[in-house]
Amino acid sequence: MQPSEPKAIEVTDLTVAYQDKPVLWDIDLDVPPGVLLSIVGPNGAGKTTLIKAILGLVRPAAGNVLIYDKPYDAQRRIVGYVPQRGSVDWDFPTNVLDVVMMGRYGALGWVRRPGKKEHELAMQALEKVGMEAYTTRQISQLSGGQQQRVFLARALVQDATVYLMDEPFQGVDATTERAIVTLLQEFRANGKTVVVVHHDLQTVTDYFDWVMLLNIRRIASGPVDETFTPDNLRETYGGRIAFMK
Amino acid sequence: MENLSVLTHLDYTLMIVAIGAALLGTVSGALGTYAVLRRQSLLGDAISHAALPGIAIAFLLTGSKTPLILVLGAAIAGWLGTLLILSIVRLTRIKYDSALAIVLSTFFGFGLVLHTLIQRTGNANQAGLDTFLFGQAATILERDVLTIGLLGGVALIIMLVFWKELKLLVFDEGFAASIGFPTRALDILLTSLLVIAIVLGLQAVGAVLMSAMLVAPAVAARQWTNRLRLMVFLAACFGAFAGVIGTIISSTASRIPTGPTIVLCATVVVGISIAFAPNRGLVWERIRHQRNRRSLKTATDRLLK
Repeated sequence: MQPSEPKAIEVTDLTVAYQDKPVLWDIDLDVPPGVLLSIVGPNGAGKTTLIKAILGLVRPAAGNVLIYDKPYDAQRRIVGYVPQRGSVDWDFPTNVLDVVMMGRYGALGWVRRPGKKEHELAMQALEKVGMEAYTTRQISQLSGGQQQRVFLARALVQDATVYLMDEPFQGVDATTERAIVTLLQEFRANGKTVVVVHHDLQTVTDYFDWVMLLNIRRIASGPVDETFTPDNLRETYGGRIAFMK
Repeated sequence: MENLSVLTHLDYTLMIVAIGAALLGTVSGALGTYAVLRRQSLLGDAISHAALPGIAIAFLLTGSKTPLILVLGAAIAGWLGTLLILSIVRLTRIKYDSALAIVLSTFFGFGLVLHTLIQRTGNANQAGLDTFLFGQAATILERDVLTIGLLGGVALIIMLVFWKELKLLVFDEGFAASIGFPTRALDILLTSLLVIAIVLGLQAVGAVLMSAMLVAPAVAARQWTNRLRLMVFLAACFGAFAGVIGTIISSTASRIPTGPTIVLCATVVVGISIAFAPNRGLVWERIRHQRNRRSLKTATDRLLK
């Protein structure tokens, strides 16, 4: 890679520790613009922590993160975030449309309430994920897959250039899985960069063009066909994995 | 007729007391919604208990029983207690519930010691400080109502101004932080609003049971609606209702502490809501269950024929 080429995300020497225990150790990661990158690794490998560190949600012990050459604080308008579905209480008293409009809160800034424009954007996003029939549905009455699509719609209205998604494929139905894949491809076609924490090794080659193998340290990262090798996987999972192919 | 004559005797004092109770019920009901949705119901309990020594110290330092001064003392102590809980959780390996219990009982114990000491001194002015334990709405005067109305009004206005930000904080704190809202500051703001709601209720409801005024109306309101706006509104109404009915009962019957009476009224509202609210209520759920079973049975009968 030439040094002049821009990087959508650039992580250097990132170390994160909870109390004394390192959860991420000296991570380097360059993500070129326009790729779909999946982060894979065993439980406790620090996948979620890495995403949160990129977003500035956890304070690193050392290291640096840049989004298009600037720190996250300066770039949050161009970054979209899809947290783990299980991280919120779905019994919260609100409906689908309201959750999706939360994606505009950052652009709205303090105190201003969502209006007609936000409503329209939310409706468009819901249509894209096939949830337009559920706008007034109370969120506790959604299936897991529908909840995931609501979160995706919320990220869509953020209209970001770089997306970070935490386990969007976790426990979803086939319809939702297809919807997510279609969305990812559309993102790529529009030159957006997407980083996805992923757990299903079988679909990595089909869905993504880049992969990062992570187990506290970075084992490898790069294009799937070069990086997603049995040797690298063995190193990541420590032989606790049966190989197909 | 006997009852009616009681009602016509709603004299000026009782009216003041009822207005005060309605105001504090409204404020604590509305703000309690956030505590319940954040699963911080017990934080309210800790704050109200932790506020007790603040009242005693404020009195010892100033010798005054001006409501604003006592409320300020209570608020500072309640705040320190909350900060202490959060610091214990952050800096040690002690879990949230244990930190809560430690701070609650230590502050409360300290408060009781101070109150006993004040009573021993025989200061003629001390009478009435013990009402902060179980509440005595009958002691509410015009100036107290003014304090409750003013501070409570400010708290509610702040809640409405930052409606969108607080909603996002409670629903999805990580996302709120990712789009640039200072969640630590919003957290502090929300906790401060809770502290205000609690210390305003200490005189009428008392430290021991004040947290029920935060939790009960919100729990009842959640049963009736799936919308935050309506939930806050209903919780405020339920809080006001329980406050007024409770104070009237406790003021007409002699020597019944107000706190427990208000809390019992709120409990009745909660009980009715849990049983009879549409969709979430137990009775409704039972009916739906049986209807499902019956339709399933006819369907399988038809299949087996």
